[in-house]
Amino acid sequence: MKKLEVSAIEEGTVIDQIANKSTFKVANILNTQKLEQVVLIGFNLSSKKLGKKGIIKIGGRLLTQEEVNKISLIAPDATVNIIKDSEVVKKFTVDIPDSIEEFMKCFNPNCVSNNQKIISKFHVINKDPIRIRCHYCERHMGVDDIELV
Amino acid sequence: MISLKDKDIISILDFTKEEILYILEISARMERETCPDILNGKILANLFFEPSTRTRLSFEAAMKRMGGQVIGFDELGTTSTVKGESLRDSVKIIEGYCDIIVLRHFLEGASRLTADSVSIPVVNAGDGASQHPTQTFVDLYAIMKAKGDIENLSVGFLGDLKYGRTAHSLAYALSHFNADMCFISPPSLRMPKDYIEELEIRDVSFQEVDSISEVSEKLDILYCTRIQKERFAEPVEYEKVRGLYKLSKSIMDELEIKDDLKILHPLPRVEEMDESLDATEYAMYFQQAHSGIPVREALLALVLGVIK
Repeated sequence: MKKLEVSAIEEGTVIDQIANKSTFKVANILNTQKLEQVVLIGFNLSSKKLGKKGIIKIGGRLLTQEEVNKISLIAPDATVNIIKDSEVVKKFTVDIPDSIEEFMKCFNPNCVSNNQKIISKFHVINKDPIRIRCHYCERHMGVDDIELV
Repeated sequence: MISLKDKDIISILDFTKEEILYILEISARMERETCPDILNGKILANLFFEPSTRTRLSFEAAMKRMGGQVIGFDELGTTSTVKGESLRDSVKIIEGYCDIIVLRHFLEGASRLTADSVSIPVVNAGDGASQHPTQTFVDLYAIMKAKGDIENLSVGFLGDLKYGRTAHSLAYALSHFNADMCFISPPSLRMPKDYIEELEIRDVSFQEVDSISEVSEKLDILYCTRIQKERFAEPVEYEKVRGLYKLSKSIMDELEIKDDLKILHPLPRVEEMDESLDATEYAMYFQQAHSGIPVREALLALVLGVIK
């Protein structure tokens, strides 16, 4: 049996195949520092697909759709595994939505969305590599420009 | 059948090639014919949160030539914005006073926000360093008049390509017409990566160079822009690039260029284009400025639905 580099959980969610550099950003999205459940975080783990990867395991908690959408933007290769009784009962790859509202900030300081009380909106114009266009100012953003709120 | 009734004019990205050609066709008709009464009873609100002379006046002239009326302001200090009113609230109130809004604003995306907030047509007359689509239709019309066609032209863009919103919009528009584009600027004022990416997605032929002499011999059109002092956060950054490009008759005489090269400029000019060029065959910028009236007449008549 393969030895796990990050211990298994009996119930909860495992987010795997996180781009290594995004591991702690994903942890922030999930607000792991404030969770009372068990949280296991591994990074610099070897991955055939990504070279180096991160993994996050959260005991007794499922993700919301908004959390999945946020993760998809900064870790588009991530997979989500739902664990019950130590078995994977559901596994899916995060899917980048076609449009994004509210939870992202435009990186253009002169964009109207950063200067008026309005809900930010974005259109995903390319998923691999990810390119996002602000609905208002039309500036393009890549994965390194994404700031989640 | 192309209909532009009630269409907002926010970004050149919102227009198909067919719609662009249709607008140019109606612009030519408006230049040939006078239509003094077609906008009788219609009111245009010119909301200029940032200074402008020619754009504001050309919209006003276009509206009045067709029998319409104009209300509005051209100074931020006279608006409720200084009292803290949001742009959305301002335009939702003003839409009750008029049939169409023309907006210039210092925030990028302000026109899109306005269009999303009101039910009447909105025209973007320039938002920050983003787009200026009606100037683009003027530029395309001037190119069509100068060359007889806008397909397959070699077009040089000279000057401030980083902040020059007219250059951004024109590059997008020309991507529909198989243009070969040359972006001539100092490295610090290159076309932003967003626009370069969009051109790459559209499989457009383009190159970026420092000097006009590298590409001058193939150009059909040279689109010159002002280096905009007001867009630089630091005056020292402006001083580094001001005066780097200056066209004059003597410089043009030294360059290898086509005899029928035409020079366009959205104006105003400062020091990038010498008056010695004005009397040459290359100069098209004053005719270009005058095209602002028929083109804006066409746009207003089309979105207000009086021309179909």
